[in-house]
Amino acid sequence: MYSEKVMDHFSNPRNVGEIENANAVGEVGNAKCGDIMKIYMDIQDNVIKDVKFKTFGCGAAIATSSMATEMVKGKTVDEALALTNKAVMEALDGLPKEKVHCSVLAEEAIQSAIEDYKRRNGEETGESKCDFCCHKCSDITE
Amino acid sequence: MAVYMDNNATTSLKKEVLDAMLPYYTDIYGNASSKFYKIGRDAEQALYKLRESVAQNIGAANVNEVYFTGSGCEADNWAIKGVAFANANKGNHIITTKIEHHAVLNTCEYLEKHGFEVTYLDVDEYGLVSAEAVRNAITDKTILISVMTANNEIGTIEPIKEIAEVAKENKIIFHTDAVQAIGHMPVNVQEMGVDMLSVSAHKFRGPKGVGVLYIRNGVKIDNLVHGGGQERGKRAATENIAGIAGLSKALEIAVNDLDKNIVHMKKMRDRLIEGIRKNIPYCRLNGPEDERRLCNNVNFSFQYVEGESILMMLDMKGIAASSGSACASGSLDPSHVLLAIGLPHEIAHGSLRLSVGEDTTEEDVDYVIEVLPPIIQRLRDMSPLYEIVEKGE
Repeated sequence: MYSEKVMDHFSNPRNVGEIENANAVGEVGNAKCGDIMKIYMDIQDNVIKDVKFKTFGCGAAIATSSMATEMVKGKTVDEALALTNKAVMEALDGLPKEKVHCSVLAEEAIQSAIEDYKRRNGEETGESKCDFCCHKCSDITE
Repeated sequence: MAVYMDNNATTSLKKEVLDAMLPYYTDIYGNASSKFYKIGRDAEQALYKLRESVAQNIGAANVNEVYFTGSGCEADNWAIKGVAFANANKGNHIITTKIEHHAVLNTCEYLEKHGFEVTYLDVDEYGLVSAEAVRNAITDKTILISVMTANNEIGTIEPIKEIAEVAKENKIIFHTDAVQAIGHMPVNVQEMGVDMLSVSAHKFRGPKGVGVLYIRNGVKIDNLVHGGGQERGKRAATENIAGIAGLSKALEIAVNDLDKNIVHMKKMRDRLIEGIRKNIPYCRLNGPEDERRLCNNVNFSFQYVEGESILMMLDMKGIAASSGSACASGSLDPSHVLLAIGLPHEIAHGSLRLSVGEDTTEEDVDYVIEVLPPIIQRLRDMSPLYEIVEKGE
């Protein structure tokens, strides 16, 4: 069902935990749907010096959190914002179809943390359109 | 160490059962409908004996009330669609419950698209349906009531006898899905007072791919499978005689060993429940905690963690179990049974079902009790929901 990489990141997740005095914190998802991702970042001079996560969710949710944090660590804010769910999925050698939303959640969690950072620094950020319902964005027609 | 804790999903085939099946693959391979030569007649005669044994072991009054099917799922489909379509001139209303197996629920939903109306009864916090609720739901259009004997997820044993009386008083056909019950509690169609009852062999150490629908003589029912004249013209398909031999043997053993097995499974079940409660905080046992619980079922919700993750970590330790989380069920919502007993979604997502079997040992149970608490703790340490609890308390 899952690739070896997913299993590796699930059984030995990287960057689990919290960062005390993080200057960027983002949380996405909903307990009702069965997954919440919370990302903590320490951003210095626009570079993500450290990143940690906490996730409530399935194996794919934990693995994508682990992979996404690994992919943005040491990157600039703009580079991290460019991270797509597709890139996370590819790095994990793919995800089962019904787990694609976990990678979307990981992308959104990273963006949410960076938006928080920008807000703290007085930058305008667009309001997120996502209300974290349980459905995949692509399934919502309205 | 490998520990199988998913006996509500399926069971291993017993050696004696396999031995009873093999001759029908090799020596007595004739088609039971081919009566003009010996090997066909041998199969036919064997089939009669097997049917007789099954009838006896479920307490049927007549041998010809036992119909073999390809699965428990088929038996449920046949019972519901068959009665609905055969009795559509009398009415179009069906009563069932919110905690039925999908074999019943999805069949009822299908019938709703074909002009039938279905009442899905609520259950209480333990998953119990009341006979009174059934009575109150009856209308002059009601043609069928279907309530499961025992629930597959949380082990609730329903008051089938009382519900059967209500059905009888109102002259409504009553079906029960007894797939989880056989081998775990006494099942006798006449004592229960049911008109139809579904059975699946692989839940009580028989083979997969064979089931029974008991249909009391006099019940008006259409065919589900059309074709040849097998099963007295009511269910076409060449009889799966090896499978039927396996079902019959497994049932015979399950009935003979029932009392002994119940004592053992209850002991294992209660040891598991006690060990989990003692070692894991923030958990709740789903389902009843008395005689109304199946002897082999344990179902817990662990707050702040998600079920699929638990299953994956248990699998790494060699333990096979199941969960009612949305991810484990492959849908957006967690188990309909856990939602029906009133659990909030987030608690339902953290559910774990451990179902013991007659071969489960104390060592197996103790291994689960040893392995599970650190798994739950590890997932909680990773969970942002638990973080709030830790900081808040």
